[in-house]
Amino acid sequence: MDSSWLIENARLIDPSSGMDRVGRLLILDGRFAGVDVLDGDIPAHVQRLDARDCIVGPGLVDLGTEFGEPGREEDETIQSGTLAALAGGYTAVALSTNTLPPIDTAASVEFIHQKASRADNCRVYALGCVSKERKGESLAEIGSLVDAGAVGLYDGPNPIENTGLLRRALEYCLMFDRVVFDHPEIASISRGGVMHEGLEQLKLGLAPMPAEAEDLATSRDLRLIEATGGRLHLTSISTSGSVELCRRAKSRGIQFTAGSFVANLHFSDEALRAFDSNCKVNPPFRSRDHVDACLEGLSDGTIDIISSGHKPCSLEKKMLEINDAPFGMIALETALAEVVTFLIRPGVLSWPQAFAKMSWNPAKLLGLSGGTLEIGKPADAVIIQPDRLWRVNASNLKSRSYNTPLDGADLYGAVTHTFVGGRLRYQA
Amino acid sequence: MQPGAHLPKGVFKRSISAYNQLRIGQFKVVQDRVGKPSQSWWGIGYLPLGPSVTYGTLSMTSESALTLPPSRSIALPKIPPHWSHKHLLGLEHLTADEITLILDFAEALHAATNEGRTKLDLLKGRTIANLFFENSTRTRNSFSLAAKRLGADTVEFSSSGSSVAKGETFIDTAKTIEAMLVDAVVVRHSSPGTPHMLANHLKCSIVNAGDGPHEHPTQGLLDLLTIRQHRGSLAGLTVALVGDIAHSRTARSNIWGLLKLGAKVIVCGPATLVSKNWEKLGVEVAYDLDKILPRCDVLNLLRIQFERQAIRPFPSVHEYMLLYAMNKERIERSKEDILIMAPGPINRGVELTPEVADGPHSVILEQVTNGIAVRMATLWLLLGGLQSTPSRGAM
Repeated sequence: MDSSWLIENARLIDPSSGMDRVGRLLILDGRFAGVDVLDGDIPAHVQRLDARDCIVGPGLVDLGTEFGEPGREEDETIQSGTLAALAGGYTAVALSTNTLPPIDTAASVEFIHQKASRADNCRVYALGCVSKERKGESLAEIGSLVDAGAVGLYDGPNPIENTGLLRRALEYCLMFDRVVFDHPEIASISRGGVMHEGLEQLKLGLAPMPAEAEDLATSRDLRLIEATGGRLHLTSISTSGSVELCRRAKSRGIQFTAGSFVANLHFSDEALRAFDSNCKVNPPFRSRDHVDACLEGLSDGTIDIISSGHKPCSLEKKMLEINDAPFGMIALETALAEVVTFLIRPGVLSWPQAFAKMSWNPAKLLGLSGGTLEIGKPADAVIIQPDRLWRVNASNLKSRSYNTPLDGADLYGAVTHTFVGGRLRYQA
Repeated sequence: MQPGAHLPKGVFKRSISAYNQLRIGQFKVVQDRVGKPSQSWWGIGYLPLGPSVTYGTLSMTSESALTLPPSRSIALPKIPPHWSHKHLLGLEHLTADEITLILDFAEALHAATNEGRTKLDLLKGRTIANLFFENSTRTRNSFSLAAKRLGADTVEFSSSGSSVAKGETFIDTAKTIEAMLVDAVVVRHSSPGTPHMLANHLKCSIVNAGDGPHEHPTQGLLDLLTIRQHRGSLAGLTVALVGDIAHSRTARSNIWGLLKLGAKVIVCGPATLVSKNWEKLGVEVAYDLDKILPRCDVLNLLRIQFERQAIRPFPSVHEYMLLYAMNKERIERSKEDILIMAPGPINRGVELTPEVADGPHSVILEQVTNGIAVRMATLWLLLGGLQSTPSRGAM
């Protein structure tokens, strides 16, 4: 009863099948049961929902989301973070290992699973560390992590600086068919930096994070994928150089995925002019030419995945001087609206492309359920009012932290309902 | 009010803005504040409201002391109605007119305080806090003196190191100082943007006294004033900023100020410290000092900021000296009337040799004196128009 629905009059978008048309979607006992099912085949007990002028698609799937539990509960807990995810239309998150202690043992993966099942909000998957204690020195016990349920390996938000380690990780993970995530950055170039190197940075006198720090890492990573045949996901592409390198690698048939954080697809380095520490993120907001190159990469398919880049930091941490404040912004609750406002409405992406990059591609990459409206699959779905304008108010967000430069911004696209396994878990 | 005019007896209050219309003139002081007869001497100040009004430590007691030689009286410029700034965070966002206004005020106040020797009570009863999170002697003392010359009280707070090192956050420290009912906070910090942060979190006026490598507006202003005093105008002059441009807040404030007032700006130094991106702002980028030297009217020799350089950007101080130190030989190859400036503290023997620092072209010490004048002008412009402070109003 609770998990059977008939959503009527909605524009149904399924990136896995290419469907994009108005119809009615039937969910029976937590699973998708068909589109435009005849009246006679609809059981009487289903709850009907009129979704006129709304878009219904698969729930969003986020990769590398950071919550901070265990160890940094002041920033976000699994409970608060998963609530934020639901409010943002996400039905599954694969969590970053940036916790204290880091997720580098089977026990810590188990901890994530337990906390997630207690919270019982969206689906939560654990990523495991690539290196022991996330120190970037020697391989973590990847076999045990995978055995405990880690769906991928990530040392985020740190880059895997040690090239030898990355090479070993790519080879070793071949045994488990798991993807290694890397945040492409040569830290010895960008260390100490606060913002993208360029004219804005020159004016503001903040320490630089040059674009080539990312380009060189991307280039290195691509070469290693080619050499090892390993599976790699570039988590956060933000430079024109990286986009071009990825485009060429893809045209040569190298198998990998490239992702970008949503904020890097519309914010430029001019946002730093007010010295707002909420604009201190990594990868940094780049200059307009880099943002435009990313948009091109997004529409031509070079960039496969849009991630939220959700990285909560408690108020007291972001209240520090910009040099001392940590990197990161929260984004789970604004990511979809950012995509609508800055990518879909200006014509960079179509709705089906947006769903592909925010649900189907990430789900496919890790072999998770989700990203589809296919009959028989668990009914993870979201209903969106695409044209509704709303104002971001950081203090009303579900996230425990407030660190978003979008506070006060007006965005299009509001999530009205989020279903996980057919159960309505969020309603605006 | 005419020189020698009859002055009303008794004390009465007038709004601060009314002071603007009073004439500045010379007067004779015959008694100090505690009533002890003092040695008679002539000073320059603005005419009082009544015979017993106090200016800092000095007071007028008798009409007969006020015989003014008309030729010496000057007018304190009026704060124009369009001046709406509460803070001075940098020169980047000021207009040429606003910069010129501050310089004009600086000159007027310089004259009105007998070149900074005597006190006015333009900011009497106001409190100015110096919050220095980075070592400083000259800027802090200069701001202190400027505040005192205007009759304000000062609170000094200095601490090195960031919030992280101290435990108390920067904002909390600043709020604590503000709670002592200060009207303005003068802040220096190693992180760019800290004055902007304070402007967002505090109610009082904020003056940036240097935020990391970002801006140091009063240094920029005093450099402009020094050049203007020697050359009458900035327009058309070629000014080279030499040295560590990357880490220099003085460079940035100078660049904005010089460009706005019509000077040609050259940045010159080791390529690791001078970005080509400056060209996008209309600044010439040069690596060879000897090549640009014959064209320069002014050289501003910036200090090598060893403390901000995580990695030494040039091989050795010795090599830097060979390439960029201003010495006797280079002076001989310069324009005859070249001005040599340095924001200090100077590293003698690194940016310039002692012969040059102490030579006839050097205006380094005039810069220091002008520093007090521009800081007086800044504080007066930011606080002068306000009757009382918001923080006080809230009490």
